[in-house]
Amino acid sequence: MEKFKSPSELESFVNGLESAVDHNKPKISVCRGTGCIASGASKVSAKFTQVVKDKNIHADVVETGCHGFCERGPLVVIHPSETFYQKVKETDVEEILDKTLAGGQIIPRLQYRDEAKIAYEKEKEVPFYKDQMRVVFGMNGHIDPTRIEDYMSFGGYKAFAQVITKGNPASVIDTVVASGLRGRGGAGFPAGLKWKSTAEASGEPKYIICNADEGDPGAFMDRSIMEGNPHSVLEGMLIGAYAIGASIGYIYIRNEYPLALERLEIALNQAREYGLLGENILGSGFNFDILISRGGGAFVCGESTALMESIEGRVGRPRVKWKRTAISGLWGKPTNINNVETWANVPYIFLRGVDWYTSIGTGDVSKSPWNGSKGTKIFSLVGKVNNTGLVEVPMGTTLRTIVFDIGGGIKDSKKGRTFKAVQTGGPSGGCIPSEFLDIGVDFDELTRLGSMMGSGGLIVMDDRTCMVEVARYFVDFLKEESCGKCTPCREGLRAMSNILNRIVRGHGRMEDLDLLEDLATTMVVASFCNLGQTAANPVLSTLKYFRNEYIDHIQTKTCTARQCTELIKFTINPETCTGCTICARKCPTSAISGETKKVHVVDQSKCVQCGVCFDVCNFNAVNVLSGPEIKDKLGV
Amino acid sequence: MEMNIEKLDEIIDGWKCDKAAILPILQDVQRELNYLPRQAMNHIADRLGVNLGHVSSIATFFSSFSLVPRGKHIVTVCMGTACHVRGAPRVLEEFERSLKIKDGENTPDMQFSIETVNCVGACALGPLVIIDGNYHGNITTSEVADLVANYREK
Repeated sequence: MEKFKSPSELESFVNGLESAVDHNKPKISVCRGTGCIASGASKVSAKFTQVVKDKNIHADVVETGCHGFCERGPLVVIHPSETFYQKVKETDVEEILDKTLAGGQIIPRLQYRDEAKIAYEKEKEVPFYKDQMRVVFGMNGHIDPTRIEDYMSFGGYKAFAQVITKGNPASVIDTVVASGLRGRGGAGFPAGLKWKSTAEASGEPKYIICNADEGDPGAFMDRSIMEGNPHSVLEGMLIGAYAIGASIGYIYIRNEYPLALERLEIALNQAREYGLLGENILGSGFNFDILISRGGGAFVCGESTALMESIEGRVGRPRVKWKRTAISGLWGKPTNINNVETWANVPYIFLRGVDWYTSIGTGDVSKSPWNGSKGTKIFSLVGKVNNTGLVEVPMGTTLRTIVFDIGGGIKDSKKGRTFKAVQTGGPSGGCIPSEFLDIGVDFDELTRLGSMMGSGGLIVMDDRTCMVEVARYFVDFLKEESCGKCTPCREGLRAMSNILNRIVRGHGRMEDLDLLEDLATTMVVASFCNLGQTAANPVLSTLKYFRNEYIDHIQTKTCTARQCTELIKFTINPETCTGCTICARKCPTSAISGETKKVHVVDQSKCVQCGVCFDVCNFNAVNVLSGPEIKDKLGV
Repeated sequence: MEMNIEKLDEIIDGWKCDKAAILPILQDVQRELNYLPRQAMNHIADRLGVNLGHVSSIATFFSSFSLVPRGKHIVTVCMGTACHVRGAPRVLEEFERSLKIKDGENTPDMQFSIETVNCVGACALGPLVIIDGNYHGNITTSEVADLVANYREK
């Protein structure tokens, strides 16, 4: 493989690949993201490859990254007709090749159907995809992430070639400032302003870092970008490094993402072989290389200074920020950190232009990038929603569109489940109740509601999700993950955890609510780093919007959501029980007894409140009691 | 477990005996030995020219390390938010009941260990369990016993 010696050589090579693509050639794209692999996609793609080869079929089989609709995996899309098949098995492969690829017939069994049983043929017609705007994810369903040429055949690295041709780093920064791009990792700091400070800071060498320590539980877009289109991250970093004058880049990646790591390593080697990384890149005199640093499973390492401590070979505890990272970051040198999704946005801003980019999203960023949220945002839509997966939409899209149109509404709504809240921003975020479903989601709106964008997790909660228990979950999570350096965070979380655990067990006191607010306020003002400063958000937002649930737990020992195991009892309704025996067979502690076709009974002394009987009963005969009902109905 | 000093040196030299690379060195050693034995940590400290306290501070701070041997099959239950709201705590309890050990423990025959992880990023498939690197999505409590039995036979 020849190294490119000039930007024009790279650009003409990319142009050549782009025009060589035969858009009419049949292509079978099989999703091989982690979600689909978990559902068996590797066998499906191997079978396609084998059969296409054996039968000498005129078609390409492409093993792509994540298509986003993980719930329905393994996903297969047949091009050019864009026929969308879901839950494809190895045994479906020959039929797809015979009927759909060769015969143009649809296989109804493999089509996606919504709750109303309406079937959809093409990928873009499926409700999950219809309202999305896939920019950063645009290539995910088309390219093989292990082939740099695939990325190039969609115009990859052309933006970088053009930036080098222009030869003006300052104008690159001006472009990023003008685009209004804000950091996708949490705080939403304008990327261009950060780049500018680092470029202007004195000290050599300068570093850039890609924060791929996607620690927010419930968010996995960065993982999918790295697995599905790793070169877009590298190209973004190349443009950034050139603009800032950095010579070394780091990608700090989570230990829990082995596939992303593997694909990044492949991508880095390919970029080096083409001379896109290394010395004198494209003959411009620009030297830059990227190293990978693996994390060790600590949430706090997503915090920029803790992350740098970890790269430097120390325990990942945050350090004082009396000098900004742009001035004194990694090894005390000027450093710019952005997360994966932010870097992956950069090539598209240059390829399609600032006017295009600023036409998407909210606000007017012509005076300052702080005045709006531009571009698209990828959300991970998970929890109690029908269509779970990764969703890319313009900034400002309403929660209602995301949850009900794209997400297809609440799971089990036929069984009476209803929307209660959506949790955003990970453990530092908050829960947003239904009255705000029509707000447009962007950085500033979420902050105004007492939550935050975070990295873009949207966890949907229904009436069976207990909000006190959710607050307890996050506080316990953060208690474990607090590095212990500062007292307000370490002890504050411990105290909040004690109180919340007390409340969910039915031993809470009304004055606990004031105490929780007091502790939260102290942590916000006195904690050392952002982890502690935002740790109280889940408690504060649930206290604000769901205070009644706290009061019910304390005053009447009632868990409205019927989730807190120490406050609930399971009983079987003799009028609706058909004696089908399924609950008795599934009960892990043999607490249910009853003969076939006769009413079953729960032995309360053996019941561990695991809820299996409730989940398996097909006749709605299992009742969950809480609070005064327990005494009324069971007499205990 | 028998520790092979040569293998250890090969890992350390692969990272150019760089103090800053202590985290990846420990990860590679754990991948090789399935945990971090005291002897190995001593050797790493000597080679890198740091004290054992520094090595152990890293090994105890990051949750991916284990200082005790782990079972042949490692059951990792994801406790991320998406898995949590879809019943991960009950899945964990069911594994604990089924294997008669708690989170962080090994079965007496060293066949199984149970671990928890904050999020593995396969949230659409929650609740999710990883056993020996294989992802099992949308797990219900009633499937746990069969899953354990499948791995026990292997």
